[in-house]
Amino acid sequence: MRGLSRSALYLASVLAAGASAAEGLGDAERGAEVFRLCTACHEVGEGARNGVGPHLNGVFGRPAGAVDGVRYSKSMTRMGVEGLIWTEETLDAYLENPRALVSKTRMSFRGIDDARDRSDVMAFLRVYSDNPADFPGAEPTATGTDHDLDPEILALQGDPEYGEYLASECKTCHQASGMDDGIPGITGWPDEDFVVAMHAYKRKLRSNPVMQMMAGRLNDEEIAALAAYFRDLD
Amino acid sequence: MTLNRRIFLGSGAAATAALAAPMVFAASHGKPHVVVVGGGAGGATAARYIAKDSNGDVAVTLIEPSREYYTCFFSNLYIGGFKQMDELGHSYGTLAANGINVLHDWATGVDRDAKTVALAGGGSVPYDKLILSPGIDFVDGAVEGWDQMAQNAMPHAYKGGSQTELLKAQLVAMPQGGTFAMVAPPNPYRCPPGPYERVSMVAHYLKANNPTAKILVADPKPKFSKQGLFEEGWNKHYAGMIDYIGEDFGGGNVSVDPNAMTITIDGEVTNVDVCNVIPAMKAGHIAEVAGVTDGNWAPVNAADMSSKVDADIYVLGDASEQGDMPKSGYSANSQAKVCANAVRGALTGSRVFPAKFSNTCWSLIDANDGVKVGATYEATDEKIAQVDGFISQVGETAELRRATYEESEGWYTGITTDMFGA
Repeated sequence: MRGLSRSALYLASVLAAGASAAEGLGDAERGAEVFRLCTACHEVGEGARNGVGPHLNGVFGRPAGAVDGVRYSKSMTRMGVEGLIWTEETLDAYLENPRALVSKTRMSFRGIDDARDRSDVMAFLRVYSDNPADFPGAEPTATGTDHDLDPEILALQGDPEYGEYLASECKTCHQASGMDDGIPGITGWPDEDFVVAMHAYKRKLRSNPVMQMMAGRLNDEEIAALAAYFRDLD
Repeated sequence: MTLNRRIFLGSGAAATAALAAPMVFAASHGKPHVVVVGGGAGGATAARYIAKDSNGDVAVTLIEPSREYYTCFFSNLYIGGFKQMDELGHSYGTLAANGINVLHDWATGVDRDAKTVALAGGGSVPYDKLILSPGIDFVDGAVEGWDQMAQNAMPHAYKGGSQTELLKAQLVAMPQGGTFAMVAPPNPYRCPPGPYERVSMVAHYLKANNPTAKILVADPKPKFSKQGLFEEGWNKHYAGMIDYIGEDFGGGNVSVDPNAMTITIDGEVTNVDVCNVIPAMKAGHIAEVAGVTDGNWAPVNAADMSSKVDADIYVLGDASEQGDMPKSGYSANSQAKVCANAVRGALTGSRVFPAKFSNTCWSLIDANDGVKVGATYEATDEKIAQVDGFISQVGETAELRRATYEESEGWYTGITTDMFGA
């Protein structure tokens, strides 16, 4: 309730600020309308407080899972620790499909399919960041963008049936439902993110020793097979 | 609660078996029929994967006497007060709902020529492939003075459920400043770090509730799993509480007297208040009855877990003698998935992929002080052979130890979901 009225309250200021601050992104005024999807859980603007989700003042440039007093999912906290910063690019990916970026986020929101809607709502949120004129664009993050993997490895088409067999070993710990009870969900990831993460374990760039060991004996085709299988698991 | 459950189990099993047994013959309708004996980490997983992956082309019957399965893994955390017994209990309802014929009965015999399994409740079940995953039983006379009639006075608590609850009740009832004794088992046995995690969990309980109490451990082995990590933790958290007597000080020369409540270690008699006797182990009895054991265990082929003496019988988990893998729930679950793939391939012609095995054992030393050891394995002509491995290090940060414990909780939910479905 509070979120909704607060949002309406700040619409006026957005109308004033939007035109100048949201250059290059979307339409902040329209974004204020899109933001109504978020107001059950999120507040933004002067006096905004944490609700079910964190307040969104200064969200651009902020590490994921970093607002004090908010109960984040373990996935979100870990992503923040591993370097996920909210930028135009990462927030766009998160808004499009929250669980694809942060596997077991507590944000129970199906995502915004329309790229223009996402761009508009980010233009709206940008108004409430400290330096709305120069918030970070795209930074390397924990997602599949930060890697130097051979494109041929990424281009491999995995055998999903072999992937299903190999995946049975993963399912001792990683639940097929994607639930996180202490070990992250790995379902529904884009292929590239999955492959990049597994190769990062294989090369011991990621630290968990169980995963280093598991990934260490998988070849490129096997990793591609697992990516293909888990991608399509609901 | 426990008493009610036991009474119900005893009277209910025979009646249900009588109803269910005649149905078994009709259940397969000419489909290949897999019978799985034992519904733990090996058997439940194998039954679930064969049924799930064959999409109804293979009929699966699971024979398991317990209506509710209490995991032995994580039972030490119940003793330490970190888990409730309810959290360790799992029903077979989801497996039944997914097409597996769950038969709550004891398998009492295997006719390998007729390919049938005899049931305690009467009748028998035919099989095309038989998977035995019976866990462990204890070697008769392994600890002088102890037999299964003494298990209420001196619990083993090495099968999950009533024994675990009994040991916890005895721990809670210990007089202030009393002595908790453990007789640790010789190799090989179920869950190599298990006795030492148990010592840790008992110490954790006593430190808070009975801080002048002592723990006396008699161990016949010269060394044990994660020894450096446990010793570091015991010194850090429980200094002065644990008296560990290893092989070099006569820890293998032990007898007990359940009536007098004494333990004699290398000739020295000690009065104790609780005595946790974990005897030497062997394959669950049905493996011996089936004639697939050699000595205490059942030798298997590494590629598919098939018995070395009968190509239509497979042995999973603790009961098997397979090579380098430790006897653990994780190992049994891993072996079950390799076996399920091979059995399904043999019966339906589905693709059979190369065996890959793995294991990780997490142990809790004190609150949020978790450690782990793990390895990967492959099938060779002779055995399951270790490929790679890791172990937690002494001196790790509190954050890492906490993360390791949280990971173990995730694993528990993961593996039990993988065994029993969701």
